[in-house]
Amino acid sequence: MSQDILVVVEHLDNVISDVTFELLGKGRELATATGGKLLAAVLTSSAQSLAEKLGVADQVIGVEDPQLQHFNPESYLTALSSVVEKKAPRLVLIANTSMGMDLGASLSVERNLPLVAYAADVEMEGDAAIVTSHLYGGKIYSESVLDADSGIVSILAGSFPAEPGKKDGTPELEILAAPPALSDTRLRFKSLIQPEAGDVDITQEDILVAVGRGIQSEDNLPLAEELAKALGGAVCSSRPIVDNKWLEKNRQVGKSGLKVKPRVYIALGISGAPEHIEGMKDAELIVAINTDETAPIFEHAHYGVTEDLFDIVPALTEKLK
Amino acid sequence: MVRADRFQRDEGVDTKPMNIVVPIKLVPDLVEELEINEDGTDIDREFLTYRINEFDDHALEEALQLKEKHGGSVTVLALESEETDKVLYTALAKGADRAVKVTGLPEGLSSHALARTMGQALSNIDYDLVLVGVQAADDRDGQLGVLLGKTLGIPHLSVVTDIAVEGNTLTLHKEYAGGIMAQFETEPKVVLGIQAARVIPRYAPVSRVRQLMKEAELDEVEASDIDLGSGTSVRRMYTPTRGEGAEMLEGDAEEIASRIADIINEKRS
Ligand SMILES: Cc1cc2nc3c(=O)[nH]c(=O)nc-3n(C[C@H](O)[C@H](O)[C@H](O)COP(=O)(O)OP(=O)(O)OC[C@H]3O[C@@H](n4cnc5c(N)ncnc54)[C@H](O)[C@@H]3O)c2cc1C
Repeated sequence: MSQDILVVVEHLDNVISDVTFELLGKGRELATATGGKLLAAVLTSSAQSLAEKLGVADQVIGVEDPQLQHFNPESYLTALSSVVEKKAPRLVLIANTSMGMDLGASLSVERNLPLVAYAADVEMEGDAAIVTSHLYGGKIYSESVLDADSGIVSILAGSFPAEPGKKDGTPELEILAAPPALSDTRLRFKSLIQPEAGDVDITQEDILVAVGRGIQSEDNLPLAEELAKALGGAVCSSRPIVDNKWLEKNRQVGKSGLKVKPRVYIALGISGAPEHIEGMKDAELIVAINTDETAPIFEHAHYGVTEDLFDIVPALTEKLK
Repeated sequence: MVRADRFQRDEGVDTKPMNIVVPIKLVPDLVEELEINEDGTDIDREFLTYRINEFDDHALEEALQLKEKHGGSVTVLALESEETDKVLYTALAKGADRAVKVTGLPEGLSSHALARTMGQALSNIDYDLVLVGVQAADDRDGQLGVLLGKTLGIPHLSVVTDIAVEGNTLTLHKEYAGGIMAQFETEPKVVLGIQAARVIPRYAPVSRVRQLMKEAELDEVEASDIDLGSGTSVRRMYTPTRGEGAEMLEGDAEEIASRIADIINEKRS
């Protein structure tokens, strides 16, 4: 086994996802600690253009095949597995994203490597990697010991700054032969579907009033709308509100929704699951109202209120009118 | 001919009815306060209330929707625990055809071990599709669906929000960030990690659950020789330090509203 840190580069439509740079920045730190190299695995149809953005890595390991132009759990696993077999890295860092979920856990079974998911931090302590995971919707943190020769860490987006991972310039690019099994997939990628443009763009709003399941019913939404109106802002929400079809998809903040950075974010009845936090933690001012004093949202808010939102919101709207 | 063909397709007549399995995981109710056990390596499980993982509830709903549209059957599977019977009877009350309780394993199983267990239980079940919640709040070592797919040697796709069936072909939507989706096609067998069902998961009338508890039988299978390891250990579990984040505002509703208004107005000015 080597002491190298291997970061799996995530890309969509030929653009590298932000989370990859977060992982690369962290990977750089870890490689310094282990004394190994920082490797970036690029699985795609043509690696060169992506490799040019990966200047922070010591080496880019590419697997190229037309099958890899778009993510496919089977072909990507075959390709990644061949990289891991060849390079035997100390740690594989994968984003805990939609693609990363499919890839991380299947790599774990395929190569018989231990995996720690929901990771928000990784540090080397002697020979072991200590992985801090955010479990139970962010209510509990756990420290796992990854002391096997090699292991996989699936990292929540937004856990590390992206800047340290961003450096233009192409490191040494090594292209590995594409494994023949690559095109032997039972899942077939067909197309990418872009979301419809909606009535508002919440990523451009200065002030957002966000509602979560604590709003209880669609009939209570006007409470939030009035507050947003008094503030000159817009209403957005956590995922369940959109799944319930109470609001359109373009209002959803978080992992599978939008990433927002408003000046003010008021969270009403939102627990603060990691998937939600990912989308709003960079807001300049976060005020959270939640009846549960142990709600993880309070770890990220600047101001918190443990009262019933139905008591506070009308009073607040009145004051702001 | 063509017309008839099309008509049949629209009616879903030529779509093969599928046998769907939904493995269910019970997780602590996150509304309750979670505490850490004495040696600080797990949550204290003694007085916890468990409930169905919310994403598994979506998987079950999607399975029932598919059955109602195309025929076939829905089987639910869960590990034995204090609340398992209730969860399984609730699934039957919602419309599942068969419920299987897997016995002989400790609580707090890792996802890897759970995947091996479910894989073993599935070896005696005739299935086309496995629908499982995309994740659970406690899968520290990875998501069950993906691990299960690999264990069974069949494809898996997670974060699925839409399933359409025509003939023997499944058309699937997998969700990425920002509402972008990828469309895939495949044929059974496959494991799908369900993010959200096409409709809000239904409720089962309590009276119906009670009635089934008296009338219906749960099948039982015993797990044997399951490797319980996950390859990693937990050295510490803890609750994040409260109050490190937010400054808490206290008082009556009027006072709190005034404080928030001041804070926001200052930020806006
Ligand atoms: C792959 C994946 C992607 C996901 N993407 C997203 C995403 O993009 N965005 C997202 O938000 N989630 C996402 N999720 C879902 C996420 O895991 C959580 O389920 C979700 O964020 C919870 O939403 P919530 O906080 O509104 O609901 P809950 O967690 O149910 O919280 C409701 C809160 O309201 C409080 N409350 C109840 N009544 C009141 C009251 N009267 N006054 C004040 N407070 C009250 C409760 O104490 C509770 O904390 C994703 C999940 C997966 C698996």
